[in-house]
Amino acid sequence: MNLRRLMNQPDFTQAVAEEMLTSRSFWADARRRFLKNKMAVIGVFFVGLIFLFAIFGGLFAQYSNEEIDWSLLGNVKEQGGPSLSNGHWFGVDELGRDLYARVVQGSRVSLMVGFIAGTVAVLVGSTIGAFAGYYGGRLDQVIMAAYNITISIPYIIFFVVWQAFFGRSVEQMIIVMIIINWTAGLLIARGQVMALKNREFVDAARMLGLSDARIILKHILPNMLWVIVIYTSIAIPDMIMTESLVSFLGVGIQEPATSWGALISEGASTMTFGTLWHLTFPAAFFAVNQVSLYYIGDGLRDALDPKERK
Amino acid sequence: MTLLSVQDLSIRFKTPDGYVHAVNNVSFDIDAGEKLAIVGESGSGKSQIALSVLGLQARNAEVTGRVLFNGENLVGMSQPTLNKIRAREIAMIFQDPMSSLNPYMPIERQLNESLELHEGLKGTAARQRVLEMLDAVQIPDAKNRLRSYPHEFSGGMRQRIVIAMALLCNPKLILADEPTTALDVTVQAQIMQLLEDIQKEHGTAIVLITHDLGVVAGFCEETLVLYSGKIMERAPSSSIFAAPSHPYTRGLMRAVPNIHDDNATLFAIPGQPPNQMLQINGCPFAPRCTDAIESCVNTIPDLVGTTHKRACHRPAEDLS
Repeated sequence: MNLRRLMNQPDFTQAVAEEMLTSRSFWADARRRFLKNKMAVIGVFFVGLIFLFAIFGGLFAQYSNEEIDWSLLGNVKEQGGPSLSNGHWFGVDELGRDLYARVVQGSRVSLMVGFIAGTVAVLVGSTIGAFAGYYGGRLDQVIMAAYNITISIPYIIFFVVWQAFFGRSVEQMIIVMIIINWTAGLLIARGQVMALKNREFVDAARMLGLSDARIILKHILPNMLWVIVIYTSIAIPDMIMTESLVSFLGVGIQEPATSWGALISEGASTMTFGTLWHLTFPAAFFAVNQVSLYYIGDGLRDALDPKERK
Repeated sequence: MTLLSVQDLSIRFKTPDGYVHAVNNVSFDIDAGEKLAIVGESGSGKSQIALSVLGLQARNAEVTGRVLFNGENLVGMSQPTLNKIRAREIAMIFQDPMSSLNPYMPIERQLNESLELHEGLKGTAARQRVLEMLDAVQIPDAKNRLRSYPHEFSGGMRQRIVIAMALLCNPKLILADEPTTALDVTVQAQIMQLLEDIQKEHGTAIVLITHDLGVVAGFCEETLVLYSGKIMERAPSSSIFAAPSHPYTRGLMRAVPNIHDDNATLFAIPGQPPNQMLQINGCPFAPRCTDAIESCVNTIPDLVGTTHKRACHRPAEDLS
């Protein structure tokens, strides 16, 4: 992805460092630039709507997500489609359950997995990366070895094995996503710290007698927060994508729980019977959410990149 | 009374190509309240001496010898023990005020850190001390600027803040590593004046590291000339400036532009400093020295003399 390549360039980091020194208020300026980016603002709007839908959408559902509408079962193709009159706004699924309630449920799960696992994984990865970059030497070698081993594990197999031991639930899903993605942000944070630790203010902090942990947390981390913000904004849609992929393959979220990926999977399996709404509703939510999140990430990068400044 | 005694200090860096000998067998003492200048060109090891006194040398550095501070050896001391000495006993002022303050922290928080750590001061008591110190370094309107970020100050102001930070815990020794190099000349004079006032008021000893002979001349009682990690000459500044007795020091003095001199070309010492990857068995300056004799290349000269010490095989009278 070109964003990652860009962030690895030393002159980019340098330019940002200079920006920090000259601009009156870096974050206020970044916010102004972000708000100027129409696509990113539209992205925020759509993601906001999807969040509202996931949180409050259940209040407007006419049916529960578990209840089977026996009057429609066996007759899904003819009468189970989206309808305002019977209250099944998105139609019913294969088993006669209200698809609207199911999409609300799936949105909650997908967003929860994406945002919790994405944020935690980036925090864990960048903290470990920060320590690797700061201390270097043996610790760095050990961490880089762990990194290389982790990225070489085929994650779908890891999912299967993990779930065989610990069962399949949303909590386990989040845990396993963090485990396979703990390396997110590790390299970026490591590189940033390597550059920052040679700056004089870090020497000055050491001269003052501050402990290493304090130097990393109070002096180095705030200086690379912008990188972590950008990286998190890419990690979240990536996590949602992975979650949907494994659920689509039948490894991840399982009935009665559901997610966008699982719903798309079910919809795809029945689309040949003419019940296309099974696929389109969850797929639409998924697509709008992903595209919006990527535009937000793009907007954040532009806002935090001093070279974009006019 | 000797405050800091550096004895036989050597620093070498391990690199993939071998060892770089940055500092070789340097010994000097500094008394409480004294002002000592360490003068040398880039790469002569002057900053490394200061960093290793505080245990801040790079990770690939190997430091041998002893650095006695109040009788305690700082070389090889553990970081937590050193942390108790840093800032409270020995503080350092860095070269570039543009980068020695954290751009993301308001200055009050940066100044508070050492107070909180070393003296447990917090809240209004800490603020009181910070304000006093900012007034002492002549930051106008300090009260309203506590929450300002470093980029909102000019270079000279930032160096004052850095100095305030170094002075906050009332250290007995300040290592000033080229404190004025990054500043323009008028601001330089102000900062040197400030350091002098502080030294007078608190009786702090100052080690001034610089390559600017003009800064030294008016400021330090003692001057130590370093070349390729070795001491060439150490003497009272008046004596060194009036009668430099080492060929290298003489070369340095001649390389300073003189306003009364109409000669357009400036003198430069011929040749390059020696490759520090090699251990040298003679005087490191010998290859560039016009007065070198055979023993200069073969034997390392000792630093001898009473008040005016010099490391040269040839008596000062014999030099050209």
